[in-house]
Amino acid sequence: MIAYLSDDFVQRALIAGLGIALITGVMGCFVVWRRMAYFGDSLSHSALLGIAIGLVSGLTMSISITAVCLLFSLLLFGLQHRGVLTTDTLLGILAHGSLSSGIVLLSIMRMPIDLHRLLFGDILTVNSTDLMMIFTGAVITLGLLIKFWNALILTTVSEDLAKAEGINTSFMQVLTLILMTITVAVSVRMVGVLLITSLLIIPAATARPLVKSPEAMAIVAVLIGMFSVVAGMMLSIEINTPTGPSMVVILVAFFAVVIILTGFLQSRFRRNV
Amino acid sequence: MILSAENISHHYNKHHVLDRVSLTLNKGDFITIIGPNGAGKSTLLKCLMGLIKPKQGRVSRNLNSRIGYIPQRIQVNPSLPMCVERFIKLNTKNGVETDLEYLDITRLKDKPIHSLSGGEWQKVLLARALRDRPDAIILDEPAQNLDIPSQVQFHKILNQIHTERGIAILMVSHDLHMVMASQQNVICLNNHICCSGPAQQIARDPAFAQLFGHDMASMMALYQQQSQPEHIGH
Repeated sequence: MIAYLSDDFVQRALIAGLGIALITGVMGCFVVWRRMAYFGDSLSHSALLGIAIGLVSGLTMSISITAVCLLFSLLLFGLQHRGVLTTDTLLGILAHGSLSSGIVLLSIMRMPIDLHRLLFGDILTVNSTDLMMIFTGAVITLGLLIKFWNALILTTVSEDLAKAEGINTSFMQVLTLILMTITVAVSVRMVGVLLITSLLIIPAATARPLVKSPEAMAIVAVLIGMFSVVAGMMLSIEINTPTGPSMVVILVAFFAVVIILTGFLQSRFRRNV
Repeated sequence: MILSAENISHHYNKHHVLDRVSLTLNKGDFITIIGPNGAGKSTLLKCLMGLIKPKQGRVSRNLNSRIGYIPQRIQVNPSLPMCVERFIKLNTKNGVETDLEYLDITRLKDKPIHSLSGGEWQKVLLARALRDRPDAIILDEPAQNLDIPSQVQFHKILNQIHTERGIAILMVSHDLHMVMASQQNVICLNNHICCSGPAQQIARDPAFAQLFGHDMASMMALYQQQSQPEHIGH
């Protein structure tokens, strides 16, 4: 039954999946803590423009995706605190603007549009360059997260408190945006635009009732993500379903089981975790 | 001197919030800032703490002194798992046990911060402000969401910290009754400093009456005729 594990492409896909679960598990905690779910979602939509530019120009895809995501983050950061529009409105405009521009660009250039692949990714086609990208991304994000961990956590609890204690909170905001950009850029092609948010939010949310410290939450989220990536991939090969959605189905099932077993939604439980 | 502001002015979008405000916080001071909503009280504290740079004027701070800060409102997101002890220890190497004991909240040590009541949370913030042995603590409306008994208790603790440890206190407060019945120094702020001095004197100041209305002023003056600390809360 596990004979396919000796296939090259399955091995590469597994390693890629584990690498992505490592990054999204930890970053997902910050997404949940800082209420950035909608930001992560919008950022991954904007990645579609990056993919389109990469396809049209022949640039390395990772570079064009990173560039577009970075531009998206900076634009949002610049627009956020001026004028009367709130962040979620701006995000909606930027996300769907870039997503649609990407699709229009592809069709102007008469490029074939494989929407299914764009939205749900294609982890079984990763090559060794992709693997390099993922693990470089993982080393950079985890390195930065560990170095600034306490400062990021305190900034998350209260910006005023952090700033009063000498933490450069603007830097922490920019750092968070950069880390999110890297996360999306390295994983969007493998798991697709629609599924990144799931890989960020569901492992973190599933870990939450099981832990009592931020570090434990990050570690448990990574483990849950890794388990679901492997289980989802095996499921998809066994019963021939699309890989990305199969992983998400496993994640959601995991979440449901944890929620039910811990009684997390009851207020009595909330007071003790 | 621990902290001083010289003629600081600040505005948001041409709306003047602070107009040439000067104040000095010395060792052992206990100063309360009162004033209506939008008077610039929080902005003043943020300027003093260096969170905002005033458009004009200068804030200077004695570099040898440490200042603890309790910001106005902290909304704790329950999705962040964090116990009281960890929260207090974030960003320091100092031990916290003695402060927890001093404030009588050792039992809260392992409780998640999002589960605390308003009064417990204020004490935890106070323990955090005390942790690096400060010379002064600056508080932005610390008692605003507390019920009356908790307010009285919190003010008592502040007085205790002030007298027992000699820590200077600078706070913004809305609790006129408690402030005016005290022996503290009061600054009446309404974008500029209207009047300042000991509470007894302020209550008779025409500027105070103008700001809070004559009814309020005569009520405060009445308070002070019978002003004995143990009458607070009765």
